[in-house]
Amino acid sequence: MSPKTLYDKIWDAHVAHEAEDGTCLLYIDRHLVHEVTSPQAFEGLRMSGRKVRAPEKTIAVPDHNVPTTLDRDDATTMTEDSRIQVEALDKNARDFGVHYYPVNDVRQGIVHIVGPEQGWTLPGMTVVCGDSHTATHGAFGALAHGIGTSEVEHVLATQTLIQKKSKNMKVEITGKLAPGVTAKDITLAVIGKTGTAGGTGYVIEYCGEAIRGLSMEGRMTVCNMAIEGGARAGLIAPDETTFEYCKGRPHAPKGAQWEAAMEWWKTLYSDDDAHWDKVLTIKGEDIAPVVTWGTSPEDVLPITAKVPAAADFTGGKVGAAQRSLDYMGLTPGTPLNEVAIDTVFIGSCTNGRIEDLRAAAAILKGKKVKDGLRAMVVPGSGLVRAQAEEEGLADIFKDAGFEWRLAGCSMCLAMNPDQLAPGERCASTSNRNFEGRQGFKGRTHLMSPAMAAAAAITGKLTDVREMM
Amino acid sequence: MDKFDKLTGVAAPMPLVNIDTDMIIPKQFLKTIQRSGLGANLFDEMRYDREGNEVPDFVLNQPAYREAEILVAGENFGCGSSREHAPWAIKDFGIRCVIAPSFADIFYNNCFKNGILPIALPQEAVDVLMKDAEKGSNARMSVDLEAQTVTTSDGEVFTFELDSFKKHCLMEGLDDIGLTMAKEASIDSYEAQAAQARPWV
Ligand code: SF4
Repeated sequence: MSPKTLYDKIWDAHVAHEAEDGTCLLYIDRHLVHEVTSPQAFEGLRMSGRKVRAPEKTIAVPDHNVPTTLDRDDATTMTEDSRIQVEALDKNARDFGVHYYPVNDVRQGIVHIVGPEQGWTLPGMTVVCGDSHTATHGAFGALAHGIGTSEVEHVLATQTLIQKKSKNMKVEITGKLAPGVTAKDITLAVIGKTGTAGGTGYVIEYCGEAIRGLSMEGRMTVCNMAIEGGARAGLIAPDETTFEYCKGRPHAPKGAQWEAAMEWWKTLYSDDDAHWDKVLTIKGEDIAPVVTWGTSPEDVLPITAKVPAAADFTGGKVGAAQRSLDYMGLTPGTPLNEVAIDTVFIGSCTNGRIEDLRAAAAILKGKKVKDGLRAMVVPGSGLVRAQAEEEGLADIFKDAGFEWRLAGCSMCLAMNPDQLAPGERCASTSNRNFEGRQGFKGRTHLMSPAMAAAAAITGKLTDVREMM
Repeated sequence: MDKFDKLTGVAAPMPLVNIDTDMIIPKQFLKTIQRSGLGANLFDEMRYDREGNEVPDFVLNQPAYREAEILVAGENFGCGSSREHAPWAIKDFGIRCVIAPSFADIFYNNCFKNGILPIALPQEAVDVLMKDAEKGSNARMSVDLEAQTVTTSDGEVFTFELDSFKKHCLMEGLDDIGLTMAKEASIDSYEAQAAQARPWV
């Protein structure tokens, strides 16, 4: 047999039909659904009298729109149009009989955190969701990517997706990470190198010693942002860390089924002599704690750097950089660690897991948030929140002056009440720094949870290594 | 789905790279449960000020481009989220074709599901088309899907590449779900075989 990549193996195991021109029907093992990108899809099913083909493989949870304030049971905290979307999901989940975690369920949270937590996401699966950060699930060695609403309807109706195969790209992070450097810094550093379109047309497999050394939480952070590099999906081959995480989860296989699954899962790696269409290698030791300065996730610099000038770039990027600098209100040559912030947001499907909260709490312990700064922690799920309370992390955050919220997407995209005011500057652990992403004219700097915690203390972008 | 074969119309120039889905349709407009009506908010935060007044120098607010049916833009158009609201807004505004050096993957796929033709051409070709678009409403560009060509107002012709299956579906206005349902037997047999091989799924 010719050597295969991990992507090749998962792909081959899921082709239900292949046309002569290579267009395939890819069978989907898990379909995750949230309230924003699904109403039109369910409506389409109704209008054509179709059913959900595999409701037992379909999991729905409201996350984007739901308020994360403690009073969210009071319906007035949600705007009318948000409430309509959440109610539509309630009804669609009931009518079509899919698995559902409603707002008041302790297991509710961001769809990409709930899936793995409940054991829905497992190695070797195909996972889709009407959300670009579906790439997160690739951390399990599952082929996972975002789809549009028409495709959501297609998967609901047929449990397949019309696909052509992408190319294979390998991103290897060798060696060890320096202290203070985290999974978030890895994934941002990679996008800084490839650019936001460098992965277009590829499925990226992340490998190397530094990736192997990451926990599942860290691996999810890395894969989460594969889409920010333009890739269709990100993958990490499953290993003992993966199996350990999956074992005992509510929807993971048990007993003999677990043994059978393990037998297959252990074959899920790229063969030594597999063909790669593109390779990028970065030394783990060379990665520093980074922040973004502009309005594209590729605008990445080490925290020790200075704000660049538009003239430092070439081609179309010159204009884009100037626009970014104007939007972000930054002067070229300013050291990044002198840029003052107004808000700190810790959360999102990139960094809303327990390990992220631990990392932030470790920096914040016994410290206070800078006077006048707004700081909030939004756990990625109700279960993350409960665990953080049990471990005493919630008290550390609250004592420091952080708001301790309920689970949801919150200020990652500001579709709910959590938003930046025009001109406000935020140190954020989310994944997108686009114009207006966190609120009209809001300014976003992406970074790791530890870096965000450090910024909360000093009130400006800060090198976390000075606090360790 | 709407068919696409030929289009001649005004092209609006947007020489920005990385035009993302939050620029195309900001998230506050994603709260609809319908597909229509989003055109009024296409590029909302660039097109209107805080009070809802039009920003006069934004391209689609200029008299020459209010009826634009083609958009010419910089590389990596449509990057960001999977929201199909982006092509819905573009289509609802009246734009049926976007030309750029490259597109983000999900956005590119979403266009075809909505009768929009995304055309990827080399940067040099896009530069020529951008200049042509900048001439305003007197310059009308032509797109021919069958022939896979774009023709400038001066008659310069560029040929573009396109997946043959996607082209076929767009030309015929075919519904993907209907096409796939016709292959239901393959899905049934795959499902039966997979249930044997991986019963835990
Ligand atoms: S946390 Fe942010 S990126 Fe993740 S699913 Fe929610 S809105 Fe999307």
